[in-house]
Amino acid sequence: MTNCPNEVVQYMHEYLDGEIAPEQEQVLNEHLATCEECQMLFDELSEAVALLELADPMQAPVGFAEGVMTRLPQSTQQKKKTGVNRWLRKHPMLSAAALFLILMSAALFSSYNTNEQFSVTMQPNLVIEGDTVVVPAGEVIKGDLVVKNGDLRIEGQVDGNVTVIRGEKYMASTAVVTGNIEEIDELFDWLWYKMKTAFKGLTPDKTENQDTE
Amino acid sequence: MDELINKRINEVLKGNQDSFEEIVLLFQNRLYHVCYRMLGSREEAQDIAQEAFVRAYSNLHTFDQKRKFSTWIFRIATNLCIDRIRKKKPDYSLDAQVPGTEGLDMYSQIAAAEDLPEEEVERMETQERVQYEIGRLPEKYRSVITLRYMEELPLQEIADILDLPLGTVKTRVHRGREALRKQIGTM
Ligand SMILES: [Zn+2]
Repeated sequence: MTNCPNEVVQYMHEYLDGEIAPEQEQVLNEHLATCEECQMLFDELSEAVALLELADPMQAPVGFAEGVMTRLPQSTQQKKKTGVNRWLRKHPMLSAAALFLILMSAALFSSYNTNEQFSVTMQPNLVIEGDTVVVPAGEVIKGDLVVKNGDLRIEGQVDGNVTVIRGEKYMASTAVVTGNIEEIDELFDWLWYKMKTAFKGLTPDKTENQDTE
Repeated sequence: MDELINKRINEVLKGNQDSFEEIVLLFQNRLYHVCYRMLGSREEAQDIAQEAFVRAYSNLHTFDQKRKFSTWIFRIATNLCIDRIRKKKPDYSLDAQVPGTEGLDMYSQIAAAEDLPEEEVERMETQERVQYEIGRLPEKYRSVITLRYMEELPLQEIADILDLPLGTVKTRVHRGREALRKQIGTM
């Protein structure tokens, strides 16, 4: 190789990179035809490349993408959302049940829309002023109080839970409510309330239910 | 392809995390393959390739959609691979010249240390042999050789991925081939 042009090895690599110019390729070929040493070097380089080209392509292992998804940093909201999505995808039967619930909710929603009338759990001592239910000062209402599509003003005392559905609640300074106070304005509150009351109906060990029946 | 990917990227940026899984599925095989060739271990390849996707997800807002996503994700992955390779040899400075071994740096010293007996190499199956020879390459040649011959990427794209001048990539491909030739020749 002592008499070989310096650029011959460079030409070999350019050839292997597929970047050799035609005239340089000619120089290379002419030299290789006359120089055994360079021909051997070129063969060995080609052999090295040929070995690399035998490498089989590889597939990522099963579950790779899923593994990435579980490793992603998540905000709590996203976590909830994708969690639910994944859960639904993995549990088709339960998804069907969920769909049933949604349809049920739609049915409830329609009742929410159409049932516009003012209504109230009738209790003695209650005073009705137009669409406003008044618990007068000094009076004690025994039991739960539900006002729908109307307002509630409490000046006296309620020994029970108070629920106002699509209405305003006014509490005077003298007002006393021993149970929970709930105001329902949004559809979802409404649905939630419906489900809660439905569940109450299903649980037999509730003393209040046994009392009324 | 790029259009589809950018669409998915925008969905992810809007908060639809599930769209990222589709991006992963599009690139997982290529990324895993490159990581495996560079690291030589299936577990490590999976770990690093998955980590590359996680990093891509976290930095997705910085990705310039006028550029190729594959270049970007390959860059993240190869950087992680190189870090991992270097961490495995924490005690040497790889570029340091070894006294008394003119022209040989630590790379060749490490390669020499990993050589197996001739008979053992001859018994290897083709695929095992290919990986053995790639694994013996110094890290800076291994990355260019992997991208060039496993992924068959153009030299300019390799330069973009590794953030190196095109000339440097060419030189490394040449030296990588030369190193492989010597490895095989000594058998
Ligand atoms: Zn010659």
